[in-house]
Amino acid sequence: MIEFFLNDQAVAVDVEPDTPLLWALRENLQKTGTKFGCGQGLCGACTVLVNGNATRSCVLPVSSIAGQRITTIEGLQGEHAVQRAWLSENVSQCGYCQPGQIMSAVGLLQQNGNPGDEDILNAMAGNICRCGTYPRIVKAIKVAAKTLQQTNGGGV
Amino acid sequence: MKPSSLKLSRRKFLIGSGVVGGGLLLGFSLRDAVPVPHLRAGSFQPNAWLQITPQGEVIFQLDKAEMGQGVMTSLSAIIGEELDYDPSRMTIEFAGAHSAFKNPQMGVQITGGSTSVMTGWDPLREAGATARAMLMAAAAQQWQVDASQCKTDDGVVIHPDGQQRSGYGELAAQASQQVQPDNIQLKKPDNYRWIGKSLQRFDSADKVQGKTQFGVDVVMPGMKVAVVVRCPHFGGGLISFDKNSIAGISGVRNVFAIHSGVAIVADGYWQARKAANQLQVEWNKGPLAGLDTAAIMQGQKNALASTEKPFSVQNEGDVAPAFAGATSLVEAEYTVPFFHHSPMEPQNCTGLFVDGLLTLWAPTQTADIARAVASHFTGVPQENIVVESTFLGGGFGRRGYVDFAGEAAAVALQQPGVPVKLMWSREDDMRHDYYRPTAYHKMRAAVDNGGSVTGWHHDFVSTSVLQGFGVDLMHAMLPSWVPTSIARGIGKGVADFVPPYDISMGEGTKIPYAVPNRKVGMVHYDAGIPTGFWRSVSHSFNAFAVEGFFDELAHAVKKDPVEFRREYLKDSPRHLAALNLAVEKSNWNVMPRIAGFGRGVAVHESFGSVVAIVADVRVSGNQYVVKRLVIAVDCGLVINPDQVIAQMEGGAIYGLTAVIKNGVDIYDGACAQSNFHDLPVLRIGESPEIAAYIVPSTDKPGGIGEVAVPPVAPAVANALFAATGKRLRNLPLKLDA
Repeated sequence: MIEFFLNDQAVAVDVEPDTPLLWALRENLQKTGTKFGCGQGLCGACTVLVNGNATRSCVLPVSSIAGQRITTIEGLQGEHAVQRAWLSENVSQCGYCQPGQIMSAVGLLQQNGNPGDEDILNAMAGNICRCGTYPRIVKAIKVAAKTLQQTNGGGV
Repeated sequence: MKPSSLKLSRRKFLIGSGVVGGGLLLGFSLRDAVPVPHLRAGSFQPNAWLQITPQGEVIFQLDKAEMGQGVMTSLSAIIGEELDYDPSRMTIEFAGAHSAFKNPQMGVQITGGSTSVMTGWDPLREAGATARAMLMAAAAQQWQVDASQCKTDDGVVIHPDGQQRSGYGELAAQASQQVQPDNIQLKKPDNYRWIGKSLQRFDSADKVQGKTQFGVDVVMPGMKVAVVVRCPHFGGGLISFDKNSIAGISGVRNVFAIHSGVAIVADGYWQARKAANQLQVEWNKGPLAGLDTAAIMQGQKNALASTEKPFSVQNEGDVAPAFAGATSLVEAEYTVPFFHHSPMEPQNCTGLFVDGLLTLWAPTQTADIARAVASHFTGVPQENIVVESTFLGGGFGRRGYVDFAGEAAAVALQQPGVPVKLMWSREDDMRHDYYRPTAYHKMRAAVDNGGSVTGWHHDFVSTSVLQGFGVDLMHAMLPSWVPTSIARGIGKGVADFVPPYDISMGEGTKIPYAVPNRKVGMVHYDAGIPTGFWRSVSHSFNAFAVEGFFDELAHAVKKDPVEFRREYLKDSPRHLAALNLAVEKSNWNVMPRIAGFGRGVAVHESFGSVVAIVADVRVSGNQYVVKRLVIAVDCGLVINPDQVIAQMEGGAIYGLTAVIKNGVDIYDGACAQSNFHDLPVLRIGESPEIAAYIVPSTDKPGGIGEVAVPPVAPAVANALFAATGKRLRNLPLKLDA
């Protein structure tokens, strides 16, 4: 039994220790917002926050996160400035990669409340979108950064 | 009528003759009486798309796959406009497979060919308007007034007195009793409330919260997960596998052979995948063992050399005298490699087989073909198979093929009563794709002493994408009540149905330019590698050759590429307008004086729309960066301007991956690559600045999902030539090649 905090709730999963966090989330905890894309940490569809840092959950053994704080797309509760910016910029097309994109963006804005273009491109380099929503992702992150600066002085 | 007299083409399956002939043979007509999907008792249902419940819920059955292209929003806007009901308030459901929804251009229920808005435009407006007329008739009957004096306003019928109002729901029961009107009046575009507006996508709110149910997200009590271990060599097969090699891996429930390999059923994906990685399997490599990319590229070149008379795609004027009398000849060869689709959601499908009834939850572009293929591999009659659609995590043509549905059905049959989700890995997805076919182009042009292009001769070699698709299609085109045994028998003769030449592969080769003598010839070469529809299909490689070569001609006669195109576009006003808009917005005439800068242009028509792209590149040594794309599109009347722009952005980026990144290599009859590390795709830092503009138009809507792809490759190639003087004629474009 491995215990950790998922979206501020204490949870426990009974899986083999080498099981990637992704599958524990999707199959054991019914949090299907986090997506499977490549299984090798190459595409970012499975991105979650581990103690606030954007991390690829498909290559992260669940045993390594015991006691830690995991945030998934469900944990943002639909009200996060990044999610609202994604709506106002009409970012999503197929939408499959977007939970991972959004978690990477949230991770970036937690570290850097006023990212420049280079910061954004670097932080998002691990997230693939085949629909080609990249230009709107960059715009949406800037919109979200501005909203967050106005509402709470830069923190998330 | 003999079956062999049925000729298929990808865009227009002639269902009226051959297949209906089969139906008559059995004493049935094609129009079946299957109830429309997801029927609510007591609702007003004027047609298969719409239901209005007495409670006032308006339910729209979306018969197309939502794979990012925005049909959920655009098609509801079209039907809502004529129904006079705010589409954002509709309940939108995926219709699943149903005969009422066969694509009128194709005879099957396909979401593809950028046809959803094009083919839905008239029937959806009529469906909405008919329902509205019946609701008005119902209200008029209640009020004892003339229906033509009533009005509607977003879900409410208004009495001629302007005061009394009756909601659509209150009128549902009485509307059901009305006669369907023969003549309906459609709105004038000036009165549109929702069409032409940039409505926010109706699927966005769920998508940014991770709530959207894609195929992989189907969850059912007691569900198991299956993976299939497939022979890596195309055309190869299973010799044997050793069950004992995975003994002891926890959670594994069953291991058995199916038509495509060895299926492993486990409690969860990770357990199934571990077992798959450890399973000892012996494969027969099959007839393609030893085949590699170089042999295929050489083979298709040889195929042209050894074909005396290529299939004629176009023959206008007479090229022979034009070439004989030419002052100069321009010649070039262009090639493209196999390319993968790689939608972000790997292929998957969930199946449940209970009491002879098979249900599939499938993320597919072709729901009824999924049903037919499932029947083929299980023997379960089509009428006992239900296909429910989910959201698609990208399609791009890959999900027009339903190999995963056949596998899920075969696995479900072995696990009766247990829902099983079949999942592919990314490696499975890349190694067992239906790749964009390779192509080889031989281009020749004749230029007279005045510098005019007098002859255009284009021969090309590629693969028929219909051959592989034909079997699946045949099953789906047959009415669902045709017994499976008969369907199978017909399917076996499918080679007879598919014409020797797939004319769709010639799409995109007929130039819009006023060159008097033109000849285009096509040769098919099939190396045995599975190939298929890849966003924009043949346009993607034909435009590369045609627009690249036309650019070569401009330079050969020392003319500006834009001026040169304008000169030859005198009979093609839509091309000219798109070109002019892209040129104007890109500030074509003001070239930045930056080292390594290059600007190129291309214009191409596909799927009823014309797109022009101006590409800016910056070259440094052997490396280059695509800095900016300025796009202009004429797609006829626009349903949702923001989503047209989104498809221009997305299409261009999808196309750019195949311009910059390496294609699929074949080694020993298998795909040599496996994941995003060796088949990289465009990432955010490589994505250029994109500005897209719409040419205003009141013509019927054209397609938007694919049309930005074709001009990207030639625009970038032409820009690289402008920057370096080096003409790149092979994809991917590499300066050090």
